[in-house]
Amino acid sequence: MSSPQEQHIATYREEASELLAELETSLLELEENPQDNDLINRVFRAMHTIKGSGAMFGFDDIARFTHEVETVFDQVRNGKMQVTRCLLDLTLQARDQITAMLDASAGGPPADEANGQRIIEGLQQLLPQVTQLKAEPVVSSPPKSSEAEIARTYRIRFKPLPEIMLGGTNPISLLNELRDLGSCEVMAHLDAIPSLEQMVPEHCYFYWDIVLTSTRGIEAIKDVFIFVEDDCDLKIDLIDDANAPDSDAGYKKLGDILVERGDLSPVEMQKILSMQKRFGEILVEQGLVPDSKVQSALLEQQQVKQVRQERATAAPAAAEAALSIRVPAERLDHLVNLVGELVTVQAHLTQIAGNRHDNEISAVAEEVERLISELRDTTLNMRMLPIGSTFSKFKRLVRDLSAELGKEIDLETTGAETELDKTVIEKLNDPLVHLIRNSIDHGVEMPEIRKAAGKPTKGIVHLAAVHSGDSVLVTIRDDGAGLDKERIRAKAIERGLITATSELTDKEIYNLIFAPGFSTAQKVTSVSGRGVGMDVVKKAIEALRGTIDIASEQGKGSIITLRIPLTLAIIETLLVRIDQSYFVLPLTMVEECIELTRADVQAAHGRHLAHVRGELTPYINLRAEFEITTNQPEIEQIVILSVNGKRIGFVVDDVVGEHQTVIKTLGKLYRDVRGISGATILGDGTVALILDPGLLVQSVALIEQEQFG
Amino acid sequence: MAKLIMTADDSASVRQMVSFTLKQAGYDVVEAVDGKDALTKLSTQKVDMLITDLNMPNLDGIGLIKGVRGGALNKFIPIIMLTTESQDSRKSEGKAAGATGWIVKPFKPEQLIAVVKKVLG
Repeated sequence: MSSPQEQHIATYREEASELLAELETSLLELEENPQDNDLINRVFRAMHTIKGSGAMFGFDDIARFTHEVETVFDQVRNGKMQVTRCLLDLTLQARDQITAMLDASAGGPPADEANGQRIIEGLQQLLPQVTQLKAEPVVSSPPKSSEAEIARTYRIRFKPLPEIMLGGTNPISLLNELRDLGSCEVMAHLDAIPSLEQMVPEHCYFYWDIVLTSTRGIEAIKDVFIFVEDDCDLKIDLIDDANAPDSDAGYKKLGDILVERGDLSPVEMQKILSMQKRFGEILVEQGLVPDSKVQSALLEQQQVKQVRQERATAAPAAAEAALSIRVPAERLDHLVNLVGELVTVQAHLTQIAGNRHDNEISAVAEEVERLISELRDTTLNMRMLPIGSTFSKFKRLVRDLSAELGKEIDLETTGAETELDKTVIEKLNDPLVHLIRNSIDHGVEMPEIRKAAGKPTKGIVHLAAVHSGDSVLVTIRDDGAGLDKERIRAKAIERGLITATSELTDKEIYNLIFAPGFSTAQKVTSVSGRGVGMDVVKKAIEALRGTIDIASEQGKGSIITLRIPLTLAIIETLLVRIDQSYFVLPLTMVEECIELTRADVQAAHGRHLAHVRGELTPYINLRAEFEITTNQPEIEQIVILSVNGKRIGFVVDDVVGEHQTVIKTLGKLYRDVRGISGATILGDGTVALILDPGLLVQSVALIEQEQFG
Repeated sequence: MAKLIMTADDSASVRQMVSFTLKQAGYDVVEAVDGKDALTKLSTQKVDMLITDLNMPNLDGIGLIKGVRGGALNKFIPIIMLTTESQDSRKSEGKAAGATGWIVKPFKPEQLIAVVKKVLG
């Protein structure tokens, strides 16, 4: 399927061929009837369309060439030139030349430029007097103003001709356009409106004074009026800019000076001042200036004052703004990718340096490592955005939803300035919407229930973000009913998620609400309660390498805590080895590493449990999981991770050490592999798989459940 | 409801391009192949705006503009004329006939949309 642009071009070719055929016939007919104006017009129009449309679709050479021929025919059309044999010969040659150019653009042999030049010269000689041909088409490009960023205030008097609306112009839309340019005050003057019997309903009798403060420059203002500049009185005056001397540069007022000198008491001054009429009032009274004009001037005064005040307070902020630049997000993404590659290469370099035992190389490698780590931090920092932009969207959500449900709820937010990676923020939006909806729908009770429970009728949903190590904690807290443990339990048994005899801690019960297909809402509302929500939320958070945690107290409310890593691109990991294969585990989850001997295994009678300081810790044997059978060492290592609040061990051959992991996705084919969230490339080029402990534990638990019921 | 815009042009490629661009921007479009066709359609069909070429067979753009302004149904609609740089005189002729504004050919789709937004308010 070709693009629309290509389709337009194809249409143009077809059309041009038709027009050229028509041009030929018309020219030949014109030879018979050189005085026929209709024919001359047809020739002119054909060339005009070839030219105009040609320029539209990138056939600039054709447009330029045809323009020359058209110019000559314009003279003929206006009766300044006669149709002659010579003219027709040249025009026919020109027609052939255009055909050749059109063919050339479609991949045919290139047109003979010299021939084209000869035709044009021939035509120009035919022109009656040397009408200088306008060479270049006017290209309207936006005026580049280096001082565009400075806010200036303009006074605009826009007085359209009464007939302006007959030309299809709506003056109101022009005023609206001005409003888009900046802060704008519009004052309408009504004094030109005639009496009813004289009024023509299709005329516009208004005119306007506009005081506009804009950074866009006077050209942008003139552009607003570009179509009506001949149909109106337009006056644009610059009345204030940043370079103008301050309005306060004038000296103190007379009364103030007298009071300061002690010649006049403040009370006396007030008395005198109150006797005095305002200048504007006097003018109106004397009939010198109509009231609307005075109002308009006052408006201007006010606006300029305000702008000057803002400028005074905003000056430091503005200086800061000038120090930042906008960069397209994709360039940043590209930069992060490159830094990721660089980190990988640097790891390789460090490894080589380590093997060489060469002090010079080692020194360079260390220097490179230091610089790259700094570069990495700086780069990742650039993608950080405050989470507040997301928060503000939720205000509206809470307002609308609570109204819909007949509840009274306020959303409070803290930590809006907390920064997170841009992609993380984007992906966090949907889960947060879900969680907040849940709090509003299931959490906060109806006002009458709250009143009966002795709580204020207005519920509060609190949204907070705070930095914690290399993560950000986002909490959603409500002061609602809290989670009902018994109901969750009953539901989970009903749904077959747990058995009736299962003993679960509170936390484990709460976590059940994240199980697929779980919903405790007694009625399905439009807001939530279809039971599709929470497991999707959990998946989304896990996709961000984050964790989700619930705490709740019956009658008091619940807190949901999301722990989200600052960035997705590079993470700190623990590199481990099983035989020849390398794996990495997220360092944030690692609690400790202990040894596991054959004797320990035997002592546990084949159960996957290890004694860690008197506490039984279950473990997963990764060797068995990944079916690696060769070279099992005498002493293995257990890396103990905290998975969903539980300590779970992962048995590996060897713990290599901490590793800066640049995350690479495995690609579409492996998207459904559970327990592996990606891969990374080690210094020597080997691929290490990034393990997802949460999912690994889940899949092992599932297998066990199947085996042992 | 989407605003309805008529494009009158004897060049199929320009008509196609204008029409495509406007539809992309969410407008409804009705096409006319020349001034006469346009005027006939506009006598019974209310549109929100007209974009017309100046050089067309049967009835040219100036004639079309005068016709529309002289009619009743679409008397006050914004009318944008497509001109080429060599047609300054035609531009003022068009203004006098009642055109609201103009676009100089060649133009880019963004420029077209900017002008449409401007006059439709």
